[in-house]
Amino acid sequence: MSGTDVKRSVAPGVRLGQVSFVWRPWLVSVTLLLAAATFLVFCLSIGVGDFPIGLSRVLATILGGGERVDEFVIIDLRMPRALAGLIVGVALGVSGALTQSIARNPLASPDILGITGGAGAVAVFLVTVSGGTAAAVVSAVGLSAAALAGGLGTGLLVYFLAWRRGVDGFRLILIGISVSAVMEAITTWLLATADIKDVARAQVWLVGSLEGRSWGEVRVALWCTLVLLTVVSCVAFQFKPMHLGDEVAAGLGVRYSMVRAVLLLCAVLLAAVAVSAAGPVPFVALVAPQVAMRLARCPTPPLAASGMVGALLLIGADLVARTALPITLPVGVVTAAIGGPFLVYLLVRANLR
Amino acid sequence: MGTTAMERPLARGTTEARRRRVVGMGALVALLVIAGAVSLAVGARALSPGEVWHGLFAAPDSDQRLTEIRLIVRTVRVPRTVLAIVAGIALGVGGALIQGYTRNPIADTGLLGVNAGASFAVVSVITLFGFTDPFKYVWFAFLGAAVAGVVVFGLASIGRGAGNPLTLALAGQGITVFLAAMTTAVALSDQASLNVLRFWNAGSVAGAGFDVIRPVALFIAVGLVLALTTLPALNLLNLGDDVARGLGVNIALSRTVGIVAITLLAGAATAACGPIAFLGLMVAHVARYLTGPDYRWLVPYAGLLGAVVLLVCDIVGRLVVRPGELDAGVVVALLGAPFFAVLVWLGKFKNT
Repeated sequence: MSGTDVKRSVAPGVRLGQVSFVWRPWLVSVTLLLAAATFLVFCLSIGVGDFPIGLSRVLATILGGGERVDEFVIIDLRMPRALAGLIVGVALGVSGALTQSIARNPLASPDILGITGGAGAVAVFLVTVSGGTAAAVVSAVGLSAAALAGGLGTGLLVYFLAWRRGVDGFRLILIGISVSAVMEAITTWLLATADIKDVARAQVWLVGSLEGRSWGEVRVALWCTLVLLTVVSCVAFQFKPMHLGDEVAAGLGVRYSMVRAVLLLCAVLLAAVAVSAAGPVPFVALVAPQVAMRLARCPTPPLAASGMVGALLLIGADLVARTALPITLPVGVVTAAIGGPFLVYLLVRANLR
Repeated sequence: MGTTAMERPLARGTTEARRRRVVGMGALVALLVIAGAVSLAVGARALSPGEVWHGLFAAPDSDQRLTEIRLIVRTVRVPRTVLAIVAGIALGVGGALIQGYTRNPIADTGLLGVNAGASFAVVSVITLFGFTDPFKYVWFAFLGAAVAGVVVFGLASIGRGAGNPLTLALAGQGITVFLAAMTTAVALSDQASLNVLRFWNAGSVAGAGFDVIRPVALFIAVGLVLALTTLPALNLLNLGDDVARGLGVNIALSRTVGIVAITLLAGAATAACGPIAFLGLMVAHVARYLTGPDYRWLVPYAGLLGAVVLLVCDIVGRLVVRPGELDAGVVVALLGAPFFAVLVWLGKFKNT
């Protein structure tokens, strides 16, 4: 163990003009393997259903050479749901990795930056409070969009409340926990006073679901995620001292603070996109980076691998939820039921080694 | 032995600090007594101090009105006040301990899985046996909390990283995540348990009688004693494992005692009141700000602060939406969180 540690710490650096990184073959192969596994589960998920389609035909159709019938089932009916799972998983995984790196705290996740809490409070309010304004809002912009606005608003509120001559990771998290606690208290109170039928509906939304996604919703989420991921991958290279501590960071000057602020904003926006597409799926953002970090044997959560683990977790959970379970459960329940124990398994295995 | 010029200012400084801490603690106890008195008088029916006094101490008589007051004070207000104080102390002390043992400033008493375990046990027994009486499921809630705590700690003590703070925090999170998912799954498939769960989740000190409070208080008392014995070791542990070992701390033993204490405190409080989030985290930070990092002071402060905050929040909850009530757990977040956020913004807390 210690031998490889030494070897890794002197791993060869690669420099291409402005861009430089450490060449870590293990990390690269883990990421590629995760990507391959994700693609496989993605195809499997598309193939499974009332009208089963074999893996080869799924592949052919995705690549543009399939039959007309398959094309209808796959592209029009099943693709949006699978793609939503993929996007949400990647967005949550990367968002979690960024948050945990910036806060240097493994318990930090975008959930505690207020996005989930804010979106949940708005959605539960709209579901449980019947009457003029709430109904008008829902019919005008839709529940998801209203919840997204709530989540984004809360996330930005947290960010600005934490702003005091720059954003300090620790302050951000404590403020985030406070604001989230308020939002969750409002949600709890709304649930405790509402009609029980509305409570069940709200509860399903609160857990996160991929049920009935349409291409319209997915397309928006896809473009937003792609743009955000591009920004993240351009900026992340300048964020190498991520885990060196605030003193080092301060010494690195304004440019560093800027980079950190941009990445944090990206984390908030990625989480918001995920909430808009699937509701506040819990725990993926918390678990995925920790799992990726342990699989890839990195000191900090690796961004790409975290995204892949998130996607794998979400699509896999959706597949399990649709096929293996006797009752239909929202995907968020299954991600938590799989993700939690897997994290514990990795911890125990690492301790036994 | 005469003190040198070098030593004297230092000695005087520590005496001064000690005096301030003792005075602060006295002030907290006074606050608690005042809040307790107010708690007896305030509610759907406001009582005068004389009426409260009568309700507490007077012998039964034939006057219809006074008998009624006696009933309100003794069977409603007193149990409620006692539970708020006992649970507040437990959650405050538990919050300070869990932050100390995980060395994570955002750790909360819910982290060991006790809240999730209690919630899961509650929905399970409601679904399986159809219990709707809180006095029946309190025991299962405590059992669920204890089992979850033991499982988390057991998993975190396997192998090389035994009791490593990071492992503990993440194992707690993993089990919490799993139990919460199971709870949701049960609640979504059974409307009766969803109905109980939504009230239980709010966290309240109302409604419990002494038949519930007595056993809960007993568990909490044991937890408090254990907590107090482990404080000197906790101080040393926070200097790092190697330093602590070098100074003769039995690390495994002190961690085990600490975790058992947290499980007893948080588990019993959660079983009696439901999950009250944020309280432990908040008062631990405020206590650290008031006392500094010495856990022998920090923990008692956190306990007293927890009791004061929970009691005041319960009183506020009885007053703001009359004739209805807001649950104490909801008020803790609605009032406490903004207050806490302001302190954070002012830079009052340090990253431990």
